[in-house]
Amino acid sequence: MAKQLGLLFDVTMCVGCGACYEACKTQNELPKTNDEPLKDHLSSETYTVVEQYGDVYTRKMCMHCVDPTCVSVCPVGAFQKTEIGPVLYDADKCIGCRYCMQACPHHIPRYEWSSMNPRVRKCSMCYERVKEGLPTACAEACPTGATQFGELDELKAIAKKRIEDNPDTYYPHIYGLEEAGGTNVLVLSPVPFEQLGFTANLPKKPLPTYTMAALEKIPSVVGIGSVFLAGMFWLTKRKNEIAQEEQQTNGNNGHEK
Amino acid sequence: MKTLTSKITFWGTVAAVIVAAGLYSTFLRFTQGLGGVTNLNDAFPWGLWIGFDILCGVGLAAGGFTICAVTHIFNIEKFKPLTRPAILTAFLGYVMVIFALMYDLGRPWAIWHAIIMWNTHSVMFEVAWCVMLYTSVLFLEFSPILLERFRMKKTLRVIRMALIPIMILGILLSTLHQSSLGSLYLIVPNKMHPLWWSMFLPVFFFLSAVSVGFAMVIFESYLSAKAFNHGLKLPLLSQIAGVMSVVLIVNLAAKFIDMAYSGDLPYLLVKGPETYLFYLEMLIGTLIPVAILSVKKYRSDNKWLYVAAVMTVGGFVLNRMNVSVTSLEASSSVAYFPGIYEISITLMLVVLGMLAFRFIVQHFPVFEAHKELPEIIVDAKAFHETELSMQHK
Repeated sequence: MAKQLGLLFDVTMCVGCGACYEACKTQNELPKTNDEPLKDHLSSETYTVVEQYGDVYTRKMCMHCVDPTCVSVCPVGAFQKTEIGPVLYDADKCIGCRYCMQACPHHIPRYEWSSMNPRVRKCSMCYERVKEGLPTACAEACPTGATQFGELDELKAIAKKRIEDNPDTYYPHIYGLEEAGGTNVLVLSPVPFEQLGFTANLPKKPLPTYTMAALEKIPSVVGIGSVFLAGMFWLTKRKNEIAQEEQQTNGNNGHEK
Repeated sequence: MKTLTSKITFWGTVAAVIVAAGLYSTFLRFTQGLGGVTNLNDAFPWGLWIGFDILCGVGLAAGGFTICAVTHIFNIEKFKPLTRPAILTAFLGYVMVIFALMYDLGRPWAIWHAIIMWNTHSVMFEVAWCVMLYTSVLFLEFSPILLERFRMKKTLRVIRMALIPIMILGILLSTLHQSSLGSLYLIVPNKMHPLWWSMFLPVFFFLSAVSVGFAMVIFESYLSAKAFNHGLKLPLLSQIAGVMSVVLIVNLAAKFIDMAYSGDLPYLLVKGPETYLFYLEMLIGTLIPVAILSVKKYRSDNKWLYVAAVMTVGGFVLNRMNVSVTSLEASSSVAYFPGIYEISITLMLVVLGMLAFRFIVQHFPVFEAHKELPEIIVDAKAFHETELSMQHK
């Protein structure tokens, strides 16, 4: 398996300048949606935002899950987890069922609601750039290093070290390490993550394992079911025939008497 | 006679208004996109069309496979008069579901992608295939009615020979995707209210589909007996109602055992809209109908049977709407209520389904099935003979 790439976002280092937001817009050729970057929201024309919670700033974007629910639920395989980490969407396959949006634990995918040929929209971790060895546009633009791009293992080590070195600064949790099986985007924060609008009640195991548990039972349902139904058909048919025969014999006996 | 014509005109007018409104909404849907006609948004991507048209539509069609199992697999032949209307309802139900999908899918013209682009990890993929296959199966199960009407005896003979395997396939497909509609929601344990989320959602969906399948058989027998003036098969329906209450109780018991094991029982004491809707669902969908049916006097009275069936259907619809809407609203942080255009399209589909049902019943031998009983059941002797002659060749 190729080396996993990812992003580390450190809330304590973010100054809310919105450079990542602007860089993302430019990179993805997205139209301007708000005069004040800090007041914008994720939409089909905004793949990342900087949000202000009191005096801290945080970013929202696709978390690029290690075992993504969108990849798992899409009936036509329009989502794909690439070898190097980014989760990509292929509009040419999409049928527009929006199960990806319903299933995403991080509430990320956005939809072109007013389009007659609607697409699902979200951050692609600048796949076209990162596969060439470049950092993502947001990481490149970040003046403080709050958003850092690199190999996921190295980012994990950096995140752990930061918490160890400054236990008073950080809330002792790396968001994305274990959430729903982990993500390729890691977040460090001075406050509990639910205070910053992150989904905090996620199980540690990947969410697709829940549906797989049900899907795995299909072969046995079909196997046992067909044997049971065919057997029942034969048994009850036979029972009816015997009952009929007995009725006839009894009836005949009655006549003879 | 006079009252009859005025009655027809009244309901005819209502139907015409609903269909006209639905057509206007259809025009809007396919010129302005989903955003123009629905109250859906990024935080709440599935609404009335998934909750009612798909989840309820498929569930209310469940009478087709339950009655098929009773009559053709368990060979309880006295229920056979109920088979054809149930199969017709199921077939029309699935056609309605497919129609509704065309509205709800953002790219309906790409619906065929599921045939060649496979993602076997997706519950939705499995549902898509089951719906495709089962609709075909239902058409085959229904085809003897058409073939009899058009006197195509040779084709009829071939279909009859294949009918039992077809029915077994149909029951398996139904079992799979009635439960899979519940499995769809297994992937959102963090988003769904714990009163509804459970690893046993597929089981609950299957059991509730079986009970509502029986309820629908009672419901439509009662209505069509009134509309078409043929006698109601009351003793049969009483027995169906008995089976229905057993399934309802099993489902309720399973639900509470599951909640006790997962530690969700305390949620029953939390005050809030979710809890109240949960209680309402239990009351009208299970407790009251079971209470009615437990009294022998009521169980053998067609009006009370009808009331119990209607309540079971109502509780079922509430359950599906609770799963698909109520239970997800809190985590989505938005309040969703379907818009006027969403409602009007749903109403139109229901009305068109009912009109199609009436048309087919009037022109095809759906309710006369019991008169031709010996011919409808699988002709085992003919099957055997053909098999022998094939061996000889």
